[in-house]
Amino acid sequence: MFGILRTLWLTFLHLGHRRVTVGYPETRPALPPRYRGRIILSRDPDGLERCVACNLCAVACPVDCISLQKAEQDGRWYPEYFRINFSRCIFCGFCEEACPTYAIQLTPDFEMSEYVRPNLVYEKEDLLISGTGKYPDYSFYRVSGVDIPGKAKGDAEREQPPVDLHSLLP
Amino acid sequence: MILNAPFLLFALVAVWATFMVVTRAVAIHALLYLVVALLALACIFDVLGAPFAAILEVIVYAGAIMVLFVFVVMMLNLGRPDRLRENTWITPRTWVGPGILAALLLAALADALAMAPPDGGPVVVIDTRQVGLALYGPYVLMVELASFLLLAGLVSAFRIGRHIRGEDAP
Amino acid sequence: MTPPPLVVIAGTLAVLLGLATMLTWAERRLLGLWQDRYGPNRVGPGGLFQAVADGIKILFKQDWIPPFADRPVFVLAPAIGMMTVLLAFGVIPVTALWSIAGDLNVGLLFVFATMGLGVYSVVLAGWASNSKYALLGGMRAAAQMISYEVFMGLSTMGVVMTAGSFSLRDIVQAQAGLWFVIPQCLGCAVFLLAGIAETHRLPFDLPEGENELGAGFHTEYSGMKFGMFFLSEYAGIVLVSALVTTLYLGGWQGPVLPPALWFAAKTGALVCLFILLRAALPRPRYDQLMALGWKVLLPLSLLNIVATGAVLLLRAPG
Ligand code: SF4
Ligand code: SF4
Repeated sequence: MFGILRTLWLTFLHLGHRRVTVGYPETRPALPPRYRGRIILSRDPDGLERCVACNLCAVACPVDCISLQKAEQDGRWYPEYFRINFSRCIFCGFCEEACPTYAIQLTPDFEMSEYVRPNLVYEKEDLLISGTGKYPDYSFYRVSGVDIPGKAKGDAEREQPPVDLHSLLP
Repeated sequence: MILNAPFLLFALVAVWATFMVVTRAVAIHALLYLVVALLALACIFDVLGAPFAAILEVIVYAGAIMVLFVFVVMMLNLGRPDRLRENTWITPRTWVGPGILAALLLAALADALAMAPPDGGPVVVIDTRQVGLALYGPYVLMVELASFLLLAGLVSAFRIGRHIRGEDAP
Repeated sequence: MTPPPLVVIAGTLAVLLGLATMLTWAERRLLGLWQDRYGPNRVGPGGLFQAVADGIKILFKQDWIPPFADRPVFVLAPAIGMMTVLLAFGVIPVTALWSIAGDLNVGLLFVFATMGLGVYSVVLAGWASNSKYALLGGMRAAAQMISYEVFMGLSTMGVVMTAGSFSLRDIVQAQAGLWFVIPQCLGCAVFLLAGIAETHRLPFDLPEGENELGAGFHTEYSGMKFGMFFLSEYAGIVLVSALVTTLYLGGWQGPVLPPALWFAAKTGALVCLFILLRAALPRPRYDQLMALGWKVLLPLSLLNIVATGAVLLLRAPG
């Protein structure tokens, strides 16, 4: 009984408290750089697509909203199309965690409302940016042992040149 | 003068609603018509100069007892199969007895009506004070008997509703 | 002097429905205030037209009746709810000379009668929807409202005994010296609680019980039929507040200000109290609600009647 009255009184006192609501369109809260918002596909420092169409993000996605198709050119893999259905995406960031090449990244932008639902399906053209995103120096092909034009096996950073098996013969 | 326009109107409503009560197939609809009949009766009471009785009729019968009826019928959840079964139940054997009793009541009513003065006399408004004085004056025995009845009902309800730990059946 | 009845009826409807509509806005703003947030503040100055926007929205929604529902009863239920609440306003004396339908010598009982009929709205809505959540809500409503009607009636008997009349105007006039809230504080507390339960407002909104019953008895309702339930709930709040004002807070009486203003101010304060209750308190369990009613409020109101009777007898001359 006393507890109830006390609750009432304490709630009543909140009359004079400052409001915690942020009036969004007028005052915009500063979002941290690692905020999980609109998803982008980044390029490596050389300006080439980072995504290698490994499908790991699509597998990791809990709502299955990523769809892509692998294509190949000069030994480099890249997605022929890359589609994210943002009407299903829950912005969990699992895709970013799964990506081995830092290609897929979430950005601090969330203002992507649409009047028509199909407009929320973003194609590769909509996702791909021209910069490197959050990881300016990383380039997957420079550290991996894949053979591409201009970089033979063994030329990658911290990679030993391949061993000629015949030289190992006794 | 009793046979004025409002009285006739309410009486018509009451008779019509009562007729509908008997003919409805869905129990809840019948109950609703019964409520309408009770409300019409309350209006008749008021026209006849008994506002207290009228209001009590609404509070006690329409407001409380009929709600309990509706409550019970709601739980029964009558459907179409029940209606078919109902048809087989209504045989002469079941309705002759109650019919005779009702006919007796009707005869008594007709007798009482015949004894009443043809005009009914002028309308005298009976207020709450007079009702109270009558209840605790000439009718005090009735009041006590009714309270005995209610007390018995209360005790039995308490007995049925009692929850005994470690005992399934009462 | 008195305007023709049709004008009175139309005016009352407009004022009460407008009041109920604005209450939906006021309640959300006040809740916001007490919960350190804003509430609706976009449409119009301070969000004042939010209620209008909601009204337009709800009017344009599809008026859908579920195919499994019992159509006539389904349509009837919200109308009953609205009607009974509006009827009860008729006898509330706003000033010494004016109440909507004039003074009734059984005014208080009339209000109880209409409230008693109001139970049908909820129960029938629950039954006619023909869905299990609605039915559960309806059953809860039936038991809760019938029980609390008892305490509501009993708690006011002290007032009636002291004032010696069922007429609401006489009751207010009997409070010229001392408002009944002081001698009848027990009755007032019981009446307030019963009033909350009777309008099935939070914290006693078990018939709705959003987190266990969907939306309770109006789960299947949409569009303006739902709006009717909503508005009648708010009109019910105003009604109970006006009743408490009349029965316990001296009605229109007060110094300096005109009587109608006093009445409005007291009623408004009580409405705010209702909203504060909603802002602060959680919903009790159903058996707790019933236990509170029958094991606490009933004895209290009986005690109140006996005590009032004893005092009246001692004071009586001879
Ligand atoms: S953020 Fe989560 S839901 Fe959205 S695309 Fe990435 S993995 Fe899927
Ligand atoms: S975005 Fe990353 S995880 Fe997804 S397919 Fe491309 S490389 Fe693989």
